[in-house]
Amino acid sequence: MSQPIIISASPHVHSDRTSKKLMYDVVIALIPAFLVSLYVFGIGAFIVTAVAVISCLLFEYLIQKFLLKTEVTIGDGSALITGILLAFNLPSGLPIWMIIVGSLVAIGIAKLSFGGLGFNIFNPALVGRVFLLVSFPVQMTMWPTAVVNNTSIADAVTGATPLGLIKEGLMFGDTMTNISADLPSNIDLFIGLTGGSIGEISALALLLGGIYLIVRKVITWHIPVTMLVTMAVMTGIFWLINPEQYASPLIHILSGGALLGAFFMATDLVTSPMTKKGMLIFAIGIAVITVVIRLFGAYPEGVSFAILIMNAFVPLINTYFKPRRFGSKIKSKIV
Amino acid sequence: MLKTFPKGGIHPPENKITSSKGIKRMTVPKVVNVPIAQHIGIPAEIVVDKKDKVEIGQVIAKSGGFVSSNIHAPVAGVVTKLDMIIDTSGYKKQCIVIRTDAKDEANFEEKEYPLKKNIELEPKEILKRISEYGIVGLGGATFPSHVKLNVREDKKIDCLIINGVECEPYLTADHRLMLEKAEEIVVGIKILMFALKIDKAVIGIENNKKDAINLFKNSVKNEVGIEVAALKVKYPQGGEKQLVRSILKREVPKNGLPLDVGVIVHNVGTIFAIYEAIQHNKPLIERVVTVTGKNLENPSNFWVKIGTPIKDLIAEVGGLPEGTRKLVNGGPMMGKAIKNTDVPVTKGTSGILVISEDEASRGEAKNCIRCGECVFVCPMGLEPHLLMNLSEKGLYEKASNEDIMTCIECGSCSYVCPSHRPLLDYIRFGKSIVKKLETSKN
Amino acid sequence: MTDSVLYSVFLLASLGIVAAVVLYVVSKKFYVYENPLIADVDEILPGANCAGCGSPGCKSFAERLVNTEDISDLFCPVGGNDIMKEVAAILGKEVVERDPTVAVLRCQGSCEVRPKTTEYQGPRTCAISAMVYSGETDCQYGCLGDGDCVKVCKFDAMYMDEATGLPVIITDNCTSCGACVEECPRDIIEMRPRNKRDLKVFVGCLNEDKGGIAKKSCSVACIGCSKCEDICPKDAVVMVNNLAYIDPVLCTLCRKCVDVCPTHSIIETNFPPKKVKKEVEKKVEVKVAVVKEQIVAESKKSKTDA
Repeated sequence: MSQPIIISASPHVHSDRTSKKLMYDVVIALIPAFLVSLYVFGIGAFIVTAVAVISCLLFEYLIQKFLLKTEVTIGDGSALITGILLAFNLPSGLPIWMIIVGSLVAIGIAKLSFGGLGFNIFNPALVGRVFLLVSFPVQMTMWPTAVVNNTSIADAVTGATPLGLIKEGLMFGDTMTNISADLPSNIDLFIGLTGGSIGEISALALLLGGIYLIVRKVITWHIPVTMLVTMAVMTGIFWLINPEQYASPLIHILSGGALLGAFFMATDLVTSPMTKKGMLIFAIGIAVITVVIRLFGAYPEGVSFAILIMNAFVPLINTYFKPRRFGSKIKSKIV
Repeated sequence: MLKTFPKGGIHPPENKITSSKGIKRMTVPKVVNVPIAQHIGIPAEIVVDKKDKVEIGQVIAKSGGFVSSNIHAPVAGVVTKLDMIIDTSGYKKQCIVIRTDAKDEANFEEKEYPLKKNIELEPKEILKRISEYGIVGLGGATFPSHVKLNVREDKKIDCLIINGVECEPYLTADHRLMLEKAEEIVVGIKILMFALKIDKAVIGIENNKKDAINLFKNSVKNEVGIEVAALKVKYPQGGEKQLVRSILKREVPKNGLPLDVGVIVHNVGTIFAIYEAIQHNKPLIERVVTVTGKNLENPSNFWVKIGTPIKDLIAEVGGLPEGTRKLVNGGPMMGKAIKNTDVPVTKGTSGILVISEDEASRGEAKNCIRCGECVFVCPMGLEPHLLMNLSEKGLYEKASNEDIMTCIECGSCSYVCPSHRPLLDYIRFGKSIVKKLETSKN
Repeated sequence: MTDSVLYSVFLLASLGIVAAVVLYVVSKKFYVYENPLIADVDEILPGANCAGCGSPGCKSFAERLVNTEDISDLFCPVGGNDIMKEVAAILGKEVVERDPTVAVLRCQGSCEVRPKTTEYQGPRTCAISAMVYSGETDCQYGCLGDGDCVKVCKFDAMYMDEATGLPVIITDNCTSCGACVEECPRDIIEMRPRNKRDLKVFVGCLNEDKGGIAKKSCSVACIGCSKCEDICPKDAVVMVNNLAYIDPVLCTLCRKCVDVCPTHSIIETNFPPKKVKKEVEKKVEVKVAVVKEQIVAESKKSKTDA
C-alpha cells in the first residue's frame, strides 16, 4: 500500500448529498422564474440579477478575506443564492447603487456578522430587501409594468402591482368589482404577465421550481403547502364574508410574493425550523402574519415581513417542538 | 404492506455483492490469535499456559463473571504465547496465540452435522449449555446470550424475535446462513421457545432477501407459533428496538430493553450457534464472515475460525487490491475501521469490508446549514445536530437531558449530513462522558 | 414643544424612581449574609478560576477555605505557598507547605522518531481519537498530538510544536494547575517537583510494550532494559511493566541513568552542558531536540536558521 490506511469512526459511507449540491439545486429551481422575468421585464431583470449576484459574491469574498480573515467560502453557492433571491425581490428598474447597498446589508449584516453560513437568524436576502424597502420606499415600489419584450429600461412604464392596486382601491372606498377591472386576469397572474418584483411574478415558474426542489428532496412539502393552504383559508374566510371588501384567495396566492416566499424564502434551510412539527407552526405563522399585513396593514404586501418575523421565532420553535423521542412515556403506556 | 418502523431511517446503497456466493469453509489458519475480550462485559480469564496442548473446543479462557463468556480453542494445537495484539478496538489486547497442529485431523474434518430435530435437553440444561458454550450475540454487539435469556421471574416474555434483517450494506453472512441452514435455524428457534416457554416466534427478514423469506415461509408451514415477517428495506431495520417496533408495534421504553415489552431478540447467527451447541455439542468456535469490497477479486462468505488473522481471510479472496485505504470490521454503517491486517476475527466479526481510495476518505466538515436532515433520519427521534453541539461544547448535562444516551449509534445522521459533519463521533464521545458522569454519581 | 419635553422628562424620571425603589426593596429583601472573610480570601487568591484546587473557581475555593476547619489538604497550586500562607494568616488556620511542581511531558515521540502508520480522519481532538483507536502511530501509550492539553491550558503555558507534533510546556508560565494532566487521555503529562534551577531528570516515555516492539514503534521509547535501574545509586528507578519510572523524591539528579539509557528516553532539563565534551557531543544534539522547555524561543529560531 502506497498510502497509510485511514482510520475513522463509523459510518464509513456517506450519501452523495452535499451542501453545495443542495445550493445549486436551488439555483436550478430558480431558473424558470428568471426566464419569465427576462421575458417580461427584459434586460432590466438581467442587470438587477447580475449586479446583485456579483456584489453578493464580492462582498462575501472581501469581508471574509480582509475583515474576518477566515476561509473564503464563496464557492459553496450560498452567496449566489442570496444574490439571486435578493434580486428576485427587487423591482427591475432599481438604481444599481441601491442593489449594491442591499447586497452589502444582506451579506455583511444579515449573514457574516452572525457568523456566516448556518449561523444567521434571518434570511439574508430578505433582510437586504426589507432594508431597501424601508430606506427607499419610493424607488422600491416603482414597478415597471409588464411590457413583453421590453428591451430597454427607458421604455418601462411604472405602475402598481395587483396587490398595490387592490390596497389603494380599497383605501379610497372602491369595491372589489370595480378594482378587478384593472387587475390582470388570473391566467396572466399565473403565467406572470403582470407587474412586481423580478422573481415573484410567474406562479407557474415558481411552482415548477418548487416542485423540482421537493422532488430533489432539498425541501419538504411542509412549509410551502401549509403556508399556502393557511393563506387560502384565511383570505377565503374574509372573501366569503365580504367579497366586495376582500380579494379572492386565488388572487392572494397568485400575486405578490406568496409563492416565491413559500417555496424559496420561507424554506431557506438555515432560517427555518428543523423539525416537521416546527415547520408547520412556522408556516402557519408566516401565513397569518402575511394575511394580516395584506388585509389590514399599511403595506400592500407582507410576505417578507412575515418571514423575517417568524425567522426570529425559529430558535424558540426548535426548542419547544422536538421530534417525539422513541420510547418516550406517552406511547409506551398505551402498549 | 411491509412492516417497518415509523420514524427516520435511510436507504444506503445495498451493495450486497456476495449474496449469491455460498458459504465456503476457509482453510484452517496456521496460527490463531484468540482475544479474551470478544464480548461485551468482563473479559474472560485465561486458563491455559504457554506450551499447553489444546484440543479443539476446549475452554481456554473462563468466563470472568456473570456478564462474560467462555472462550474455546478454535483449533487443536499448541499455545505458543500469550501476547498483546491489536484487536478491533484499535488497542492491544490480551490474546491467546495457538499454533495449529497440522497433523491433528480434528482440525480439518468437514464438520457438516446431519439435521437433528428432537430436543433432548431440559430447559435448564439448555440455558446452562448456552452459557458454557460461549454463545454471544453474533449480530455484532456480542452481548453474552445467557444473560439475555436469563429472564427474571417477574418479567413476562411472550414473543421471541429472530433478527434476520441484516440491514447493513455489503454484508450477506446472515442471508447466506438463512439460505443454507434454514431447517437448523427453525430447530434452534424451537429450542429457545422450549427453553423459555414461549409459544410465539417471529423471524424478521428485510424484503431484499425474498429467497430467504420464501424459504422460511415454507419451512415454518407446519410449525406452530413461528411466523415470518417481511420487512421494508430501510436502515436500521435490524436495530433491536426498531425491529420490535416494526414487527409487534411495541415500543421499547426509553432506556429500557425489549424485555420490558415482553420480547427477546436474537440474531439468526446466534440461533444457529445455539442449535449447534445444544444438538451437536459444538461450542462457538467459528462463524460466518462476509469478506467483501468493490475491488476484491473474489469476494465471498466463509466459515471462519475465531481468532483467524484478517490477512488470511484477505488472502483467501485474492489479496488486498491496489489502492486499498480502509479496512472495516463489520458493515460500513456500524463497523470499526481496523489498524492492520493482523487483527483477528472475533465472535462479533460479521464481515470484513475492503474500501478503496475514493470511498475511504471523509469529506471535509463544513458549517451546519441547519437543514434538519439528521433530525428527519434519526430513528430514535433525537436531534443529532444539537447533541453534537452540546457535547462539543462540553454541556454534558444538557446533552443527557436531550436523551443522548438513547442514541443507538446507527450512523444515519452522519450518513446524510450534507455538510459532512462528524455528528456521530461527537455524540459517541458525549455518550461516553455522560455515562462516566452517571456512574460517578451513583 | 416645551410640553412634550417636560412630559418625556417627567415620564422617564418617574420610571427611574419606580425602578430604583423596586431595586432597593428587592436588594434588602433578598439580601444573603456572606462571611466577609470569603471576600477577603477571594481577593488574595490569584483569580484565574483554573479549578486546579478542585473547586470550580476561586470564589468557591475561598468559601471552602473559610468554611473548612482543617485546610491542610487544600492548596492553590497557582498561588503556591506564599498565597496559602497569606490565606492562613487571615483565617488563623494551619497550612502545609508543599513543594512547587511543574508539568512535564513524558513523551518524546516526535514525527521523526515515531513514524505514522495510519491516518486518522475525524474530529481532531485527543479525546475522540483516543476513543476510536490507539492513534496514528504504532505506540498506544504516547502523545496523540491533537493538542487537547494546549486547548485546556489557561495560562498560555503550552503550545503545539508543528515540527515534532508534540505539545511544549513553557515552564515559566506553568502554574501546575493540573488541567492538562486531567485532560490528557493518555496521562502522559506528569506533575514533578520544581527545584530552584528547575533541574529535572525523568523518563520521557510511557510505552509498556516489550523492548523490541516499543523500539520498532518509536526509536526513543523506553525498552525496559533496566540499565538505569542497575546504575542508580539511590534506588530511585522503578521498573514496572517494561517501563522505567524515576521517583522524584529519591532522585538526586546525578544523571547517571541519562548516560546509560540506550534509547535516550531519559530526559534531563536545564543542566549546564557537561564537562566531557567529546563524549557528549552527539548527545548534545539529542538534548537540543529534547530539552525544549528551556529553549523555547531560541530553539525555534535556530531550527529555522538551520
